[in-house]
Amino acid sequence: MKALVWHGKEDIRCDTVTDPEIQDPRDAIIKVTSCAICGSDLHLFHNFIPGMLPGDIMGHETMGEVVEVGSGVDGKLKKGDRIVVPFTIICGECDQCKRGNFSVCETTNRKRHLAEKVFGHSCAGLFGYTHLTGGYPGGQAEYLRVPFADATHIKVPDGVPDEQLLFLSDIFPTGWQAAVHCDIEPTDTVAIWGCGPVGQMAIRSAILLGANQVIAIDCLPERLSMAEAGGATTINFETESVVERLNELTDGKGPEKCIDCAGMEAHVLASQPDTLLDRAKQMVMLESDRPHVLREMIYVCRPGGVISVAGVYSGLSDNMPMGAFMNKGLTMRTGQTHVNRWSDDLLHRIEEGQIDPSFVITHTVPLSQGPEMYQVFRDKRDSCVKVVLKP
Amino acid sequence: MFHFSNIVRTKGDPRIVEGGPSLKRPEDQLARALGWFSIGLGVVEFFAPRRVTETLGVEGHETLVRAFGVREILAGIMSLSVDKNAGLWARVGGDGLDAAALLSGLTADNPKKGNIALALLMVGGIAMLDYRAAQDTKPQRPPRDARRKLYPNRSGFPKGIESARSAAKQIAAHATVGQS
Ligand SMILES: NC(=O)c1ccc[n+]([C@@H]2O[C@H](COP(=O)([O-])OP(=O)(O)OC[C@H]3O[C@@H](n4cnc5c(N)ncnc54)[C@H](O)[C@@H]3O)[C@@H](O)[C@H]2O)c1
Ligand SMILES: [Zn+2]
Ligand SMILES: [Zn+2]
Repeated sequence: MKALVWHGKEDIRCDTVTDPEIQDPRDAIIKVTSCAICGSDLHLFHNFIPGMLPGDIMGHETMGEVVEVGSGVDGKLKKGDRIVVPFTIICGECDQCKRGNFSVCETTNRKRHLAEKVFGHSCAGLFGYTHLTGGYPGGQAEYLRVPFADATHIKVPDGVPDEQLLFLSDIFPTGWQAAVHCDIEPTDTVAIWGCGPVGQMAIRSAILLGANQVIAIDCLPERLSMAEAGGATTINFETESVVERLNELTDGKGPEKCIDCAGMEAHVLASQPDTLLDRAKQMVMLESDRPHVLREMIYVCRPGGVISVAGVYSGLSDNMPMGAFMNKGLTMRTGQTHVNRWSDDLLHRIEEGQIDPSFVITHTVPLSQGPEMYQVFRDKRDSCVKVVLKP
Repeated sequence: MFHFSNIVRTKGDPRIVEGGPSLKRPEDQLARALGWFSIGLGVVEFFAPRRVTETLGVEGHETLVRAFGVREILAGIMSLSVDKNAGLWARVGGDGLDAAALLSGLTADNPKKGNIALALLMVGGIAMLDYRAAQDTKPQRPPRDARRKLYPNRSGFPKGIESARSAAKQIAAHATVGQS
C-alpha cells in the first residue's frame, strides 16, 4: 500500500509499504477513506519531538471502513462498519480508561519503558507519533491497523460525509476539551492563542459553551478571518500588542480563561526577544520548547483564572514566570485529548447541525501529494488552514 | 530492495517495499554539506587554534581563531536546523569576517603569506557556495503583504452564529452546575 513515511527532518515521502496485518486478536484493519495533516505532525516534520525513527508511518487523524477484524474484537466491530479512529489508542478497561482519562491509558503504549524513563509514567499509545508513545504506524496510508479496536473507535453513521466526521479523531475534541477545561461561565472572556485548526475548533467550542466574549490571536490574516467568522474578536500579534489589546477588551481585568492552541513552536519575532532566545537554545538543545505563549498567558490572565493548554510541548520549557502563576492563583489544565470522552456528545452535535467541522478544510488532495502538502501547511502557503488527504 | 529503516520495525508493522521521491532538493543537500563543513572547521579552530595560526603565520591570534571557531560551529548548527536559511546567511557574513581577518595578516613580512593567499582563495570559493545555498533555500512562506484568500463565510455553525450563541445561553440558564 501507499503511506506517508517519515525519513528525517523535513523529509516525508510517499512510499510503498507492506500492508498491515492483524497482529493481535483485538486488532482491526480499516481501509482509510480520509485522513488529515495536523499541527502535531509539523512538530514531527521538524524533528522537534524526540523518538521518531526513519520508516515510521505518519498520521493520527483517520477514518475509514473496517475490512478485517481479529477474533477478540467481540462483536464490537464488524466488517463494513464505518469508523473514525481516535488518535489515542485505548484499552477501555484500565483504571484510567474507566475514569475517562483515555489519553493516559495504562495499557496501550507498547514501548512504555521509554515513556516511563522520560515522563515518569507511561501515557497511552498514539498513532503515527513518536516511539515514546508506542511508535504505532499512523493513518496517512491506504490501510491502518487499529490496535485495541474493540475500544479504539468511534462508530459513525452512513449519510454524513467524511469531511464532517473526520475531525472527531482529534482536532474537534481537542478544541472542545481545551474549552471544557476552562469551566466557562456566561460572563467569561476566553482568549485563544493560535488560529490553526485546533484554535478554530476551540473558538467554536467556547461559543457553544456559552462564553461571553472570545478573543483569538494569530498573525495570519486568513486564519484571523476564519476566527472572526466563528464569532471571535481578533488580535494580530505581529501588528498589535497582545497584552495591551487583551486588557483593553476586558476593562483592564484580563481574560478569565486563556487557551494555548499554538504549542511549542511559537513564532520567532524580533519584537518578542524571548522567542529569539528560545530558538537559539532550542538549536543547541538547551531547551526543547518555545513557550512564549505560556508566558504571555500567565502574564495577562485575570487572577484566579484558568490556563488551558492544548498546544503540544515536548520536553523542557525555560523561564516560566512561576511567581506570577502562583501569586495570581492560576490553574493550569492540559493533556493530550481524551477523545472518546467527548466523541459521542460531539457526534450528536454534528448530526443535529449545531456545528459542521468541515469549515476548516482548505485543501483536499490525493495521498500521493501529502509530502508537498506538509510544506504548504507548514509555510502557510496558499492560505492553507487544514489539509485532507484521500488515499 | 533493502531499506535500512526496516531493521528497527516492530514485527508485523508495515515495512518499506519501494521508496517514494524525497522532498530534499539539491540545494538542501548543499546546505547540509556546508553545515557539517562549518562544524568541522569550527571544531579545528576551537581545539587547535595554534595549528591554524602557525599555518598562516599569525601566531598570537589564537583567541580570535577560537572565537571564529565558536561562530563556525553555531552557524553550522543553524544551517543544519529548520532555520537553515538564517544559518547560511550567517555563514556568508562569517566568510566576510574570515576574509577581512586573513587580509589583515597578508603583510609583506609574513613568511606564510602564500598560505594566506591560498586560504583567501578557499574562503572566496566557499563564500560563493554559501551565497548560492542561501539564495536557493529562501523560506517559502508568502511575504507578509502577499494577497491571501480570506474566509469570512466559514462560521462552522450551519444554523448561524447567533443561534449557536443563544442555544448556549438557554442551556446556561437552565443548568445549575457547569458539568458537561
Ligand atoms: N492536546 C492535543 O491532544 C492536541 C491535539 C492536536 C493538536 N495539538 C497541538 O495543538 C497545536 C496547534 O495545532 P494546529 O493543528 O492548529 O497547528 P498550526 O500549526 O496550524 O497552528 C498553530 C498556530 O499558532 C499560531 N501561533 C504561533 N505563535 C503564536 C503566538 N505567539 N501567539 C499566537 N499564535 C501563535 C500560528 O500562526 C498558527 O496559526 C499544536 O501544538 C499541536 O501539536 C494538540
Ligand atoms: Zn493531531
Ligand atoms: Zn486503558
